[in-house]
Amino acid sequence: MSVLLGRDTRVIVQGMGREGRFHAQRMKEYGTKVVGGTKPGAGGALIDGLPMFDTVAEAVDETGANASIVFVPAPAAMDALLEAIDAGIDLVIAITEGIPVADMLKVVAVLETAATTLVGPNGPGAITPGESKIGIMPAENFSPGGVGFVSRSGTLTYEIADLLTRAGLGQSTCIGVGGDPVIGLPTPDAVRLLNEDPATEAIVIVGEIGGSAEERAALYMRSEGKKPAVAFIAGRSAPPGKRMGHAGAIVSGSQGTAESKIRAFRDAGIPVADAPSEIPQLVQEALGRS
Amino acid sequence: MKLHEYQAKVVLARAGIPVPEGRIAATAQEAEDAARAIGAPVAVKAQVHVGGRGKAGGIRIAKSPADARAAASAILGMEIKGLRVEKVYVERAADVRSELYLGITLDRDRRRPVVMLSTVGGMDIEEVAASTPEKIARGWPSPLLGLLPFEARSLVFAAGVPPEQRDAVADIALRLSRVYGETDATLVEINPLFVQTDGSVLAGDAKLEIDDNALFRQPDLAKLREVAKDEEAEERARALGFSFVQLDGDVGIIGNGAGLVMATLDAVRNAGGRAANFLDVGGGAKEAIVRAALEIVLSNPRARSVLINIFGGITRGDEVAKGILDVVERHPPRVPLVVRLSGTQAEAGRRLLEGAPLESRATMDDAAAEAVRLAAAEAAGAEAPRAR
Repeated sequence: MSVLLGRDTRVIVQGMGREGRFHAQRMKEYGTKVVGGTKPGAGGALIDGLPMFDTVAEAVDETGANASIVFVPAPAAMDALLEAIDAGIDLVIAITEGIPVADMLKVVAVLETAATTLVGPNGPGAITPGESKIGIMPAENFSPGGVGFVSRSGTLTYEIADLLTRAGLGQSTCIGVGGDPVIGLPTPDAVRLLNEDPATEAIVIVGEIGGSAEERAALYMRSEGKKPAVAFIAGRSAPPGKRMGHAGAIVSGSQGTAESKIRAFRDAGIPVADAPSEIPQLVQEALGRS
Repeated sequence: MKLHEYQAKVVLARAGIPVPEGRIAATAQEAEDAARAIGAPVAVKAQVHVGGRGKAGGIRIAKSPADARAAASAILGMEIKGLRVEKVYVERAADVRSELYLGITLDRDRRRPVVMLSTVGGMDIEEVAASTPEKIARGWPSPLLGLLPFEARSLVFAAGVPPEQRDAVADIALRLSRVYGETDATLVEINPLFVQTDGSVLAGDAKLEIDDNALFRQPDLAKLREVAKDEEAEERARALGFSFVQLDGDVGIIGNGAGLVMATLDAVRNAGGRAANFLDVGGGAKEAIVRAALEIVLSNPRARSVLINIFGGITRGDEVAKGILDVVERHPPRVPLVVRLSGTQAEAGRRLLEGAPLESRATMDDAAAEAVRLAAAEAAGAEAPRAR
């Protein structure tokens, strides 16, 4: 197994609405062990062949689930995340967009005292190609291999995975950490997981403007990096003070500029691609295969 | 969402934070009446959603109601950083001995709110933070508990607040922390926090920004949203579930996913051009979505070409291509279109686009270069008739 998820990960779906049901099927098709879902009041029923439970705790007891994917709409998402953490789920992946910052601050404060790893919210999820996909990414663009991949965005992640796959660079685990200002597994922590993963040979870090997660990831790799890394930062041409779609992608004051992130990576000896199309070549070079 | 000072002060006053008596005025006459009711001297302050009002001449002290009228006449209609002043706030002038700073915002790295207190008030706190960071005391309250009394006391001691004001400032910090939590604020700031000659403490200014994602549970604050003239397209896009930002270049951009759209903007800059906007349509790209997105992008007269960069994932590339074809056939756009499809079934999508009145490119870099070239050609074409 690579990091976070693999063949034996057993997943439940929280939020069996249209999106939740759709992606539950896609994940099953991929080979992910989707073992049930929660829908308060529907306990005992089957939806699309999946057993439903009233509570996460019950689902865990009955199915042995150790992961959960959350599609619950933003106003109720904090409750869903806290329920999953309370039930002792190891890996919670939150797809939901638009969760209030104050709610995420509370969730993160609770996480500090729990053993759960939360990925997201507002991200595509995570995938260990060929083994398990807990997310909404189109599986066709990913392939098994040795490149660990951390990204703050969705479609840009698929695009780069597609480029890597076409270049014959498969991926160990790809983690979409999410585009919000407060997330469960910030980029530096995700990079650390891949840096310590024996199945990962090189790391691709895709960041964007806003915050200083990329700078911290660069500092970490500078002192602890065990393998080559390549970075890309989206939003170099974005003006300050304008939020670029993601709630986290905003340059305010001197904080979060692309220049600062690019400098931090270069200072750590990590090459930074000017365009996504350059990433595969840089990875080949970093692996000494150019 | 940003609130005006006068609106933020209502929120602070409700939380028990002392604020000067004040009234809002939309005309010079109203400002004069307000000054008479409150009692001069008064401060007449422009209400706009930008900082630096004072430096721009948007704040004046008036010694009499007639003075207030003159000040309001000068300030109303003034443009501050591109925003027109529609209203002034008239409030009793404080009797200032010194100025403090108190603010709470999100510390993204620590994933906690940060409370900042300084005796260097009235200035741009970012400048203070950059030049003399030791002059700002900071505390990181638990998001579960809010600021606790002992934490407020520590801040007051660390900042070096004079003994006479310690209790009052600590009390205001606790109340401000409650405002931060109860209003789903992303920023609440009192700068300056006045110490008056009689020793009392009073909020000189107030900034309050609310998390847009939390407006669903802040109905009273949500009603205060104001849309500036230059943000109308942004507002229209928001209603459609798009994320849109107007920029000042001439290459219109449409894409799905914030990161991909940002990368597209960068690709346009790499190709020597400038993007006219940021537009993220979110997931999928069905015909109705592409059409609505094109309408928004082309409502900007500066747009001279449009680059559509869609990653086909769950929505496949051939379906996206059909959506785009429907739009160009039924509603031909006024500027050239460059389409770049990638991802699932992208090749099939590109084959469908062959022969259509648009340019299709396989890579983001090529598509950006073509969109930049076409925008430049349009610009030259637009000038040519005048040259003749």
